[in-house]
Amino acid sequence: MSIPFYVSPEQLMKDRADFARKGIARGRGLVVVQYADGIAFVSENLHRTLHKISELYDRIAFAAVGRYNEYENLRIAGVRLADMRGYSYDRRDVTGRGLANAYAQTLGTIFSSGAEKPYEVEIFVAEVGDLQSDDQIYRLTYQGSVADEHGYAVMGGSTERVEAYLNDNYREGLDFDEAVRLGVIALGHDNEVERSIPAEEVEAAVLDRSRNQQRKFRRLSVADVQRALDSGEPEPEPAEESSATSDAGSASASDAADGDDASE
Amino acid sequence: MNNQPPAWGGLPRAYMTPGTSSFAQFLSGQAPDLLPGHHAAATAGLAEQVRHGTTIVAATYPGGVVMAGDRRATMGNVIAQRDIEKVFPADDYSCVAMAGAAGLGVEMIRLFQTELEHYEKIEGSTLSLDGKANRLAGLLRTNLSMAMQGLAVVPLFAGYDHYTEQGRIFSYDVTGGRYEEHAFYAVGSGSVFARGALKKLYRDDLAESDCVTATIQALYDAADDDSATGGPDLTRRIFPVVAVVTTDGYRRIPDADISEIADRIVSARMERPDGPAAPLT
Repeated sequence: MSIPFYVSPEQLMKDRADFARKGIARGRGLVVVQYADGIAFVSENLHRTLHKISELYDRIAFAAVGRYNEYENLRIAGVRLADMRGYSYDRRDVTGRGLANAYAQTLGTIFSSGAEKPYEVEIFVAEVGDLQSDDQIYRLTYQGSVADEHGYAVMGGSTERVEAYLNDNYREGLDFDEAVRLGVIALGHDNEVERSIPAEEVEAAVLDRSRNQQRKFRRLSVADVQRALDSGEPEPEPAEESSATSDAGSASASDAADGDDASE
Repeated sequence: MNNQPPAWGGLPRAYMTPGTSSFAQFLSGQAPDLLPGHHAAATAGLAEQVRHGTTIVAATYPGGVVMAGDRRATMGNVIAQRDIEKVFPADDYSCVAMAGAAGLGVEMIRLFQTELEHYEKIEGSTLSLDGKANRLAGLLRTNLSMAMQGLAVVPLFAGYDHYTEQGRIFSYDVTGGRYEEHAFYAVGSGSVFARGALKKLYRDDLAESDCVTATIQALYDAADDDSATGGPDLTRRIFPVVAVVTTDGYRRIPDADISEIADRIVSARMERPDGPAAPLT
């Protein structure tokens, strides 16, 4: 008769966490950037139809990295929960916090239950408010912990460099183009050698509070992303003078082609 | 009940189970008590005690479709509400309105709106216009037992079909029968008169603004002969709700524009109460 090996709970949880973390780090990164009119999500995604970013409800969006079938499962559960709540109460009663809590419970239970393997996913649930100060961004990890994020946040891939880039270049009150551009450039800083990610490989969406419709979620087309990338200087080198860079940005926005040529 | 959170915490298992993209189907599994018409315990005479919506008209024109509804709800012989709204956007490219038992109708429209949005979010694409029309028929069928007891809901559905590039109208009966209508249609208690009016006013080359005017004329004629249909309320400035759906999507015509058209119609009727005369041959 064989005696089962004793594994301490600490070791068990650590193994599960390592397993999940490795799975998540394999994927490509995703950033969330708050801007003046809302919240922008930018990710690197080679699959045009397998979305990492999607709409949950009027003002709430979902973004995930990791294993597709697992986060897709969570996304659908979130859409069902949101629609069920909105239908049985009122549209205003569906909140990002409620959804984040439901996800936290679910992920936490899956992580600590012995039978299932932990989900290899990390999720953002974001809700856009009437004012920038009302915006909420929640980060949910594989073990079900919830964190409240402000300004910008990164997940998936090698986050440290991307985070460092955002830390240096993010400022409050970015406009739409600047936010998308910042997100795409930041994702290109995931290695020592920085890359420029073409618009075709970017999946991006915004929760735009200035939208007239009840539903604030809008997926960006390749053209939208390209326009945002073209609207500024490709190399934002002089980062110390913010007024000078914004002047240059608006000047080159008026004739983007000239700006591109001049920067060579 | 399997809509309770499971013992393992978090979202109920059914929420995490892959399968249907239909919200109504999910609802009937998880919370059937929330389905419209679930409490099928209506007794005879109840029909007199609930609000009824009256007349809806719709007409197509090159480039889109117009839908208009009067603002009256009746309860037996009483005018229960003067400013009820019966025309709603179903999604970005379609609109829906209902005549009949207002409470059930509004609930059904809410479910239909959620159904379309739910599908769109889960599948990442919208249903075809025919698909939407068929889903509405399916929802209507669940209400058949209520209809048999006098609480019928009769919707009218219209939208812009990007595939055929035209506005289309669908009418229904209480059994969920779905019928495509061409040019124009009306439902509700004053529909016979509204349809008669549109027969004489409608042409298939009307501009959008003329088509809107024709539908308001038709509602005037319905109100003229049907006691349950409300005409333009000049003292309270309550006018029909008019929506148009074009290739750019759903748009409700602003009240200011409608009141202007209604004022013109009313002043013309001061001269000729029966409305514009059609040529004899």
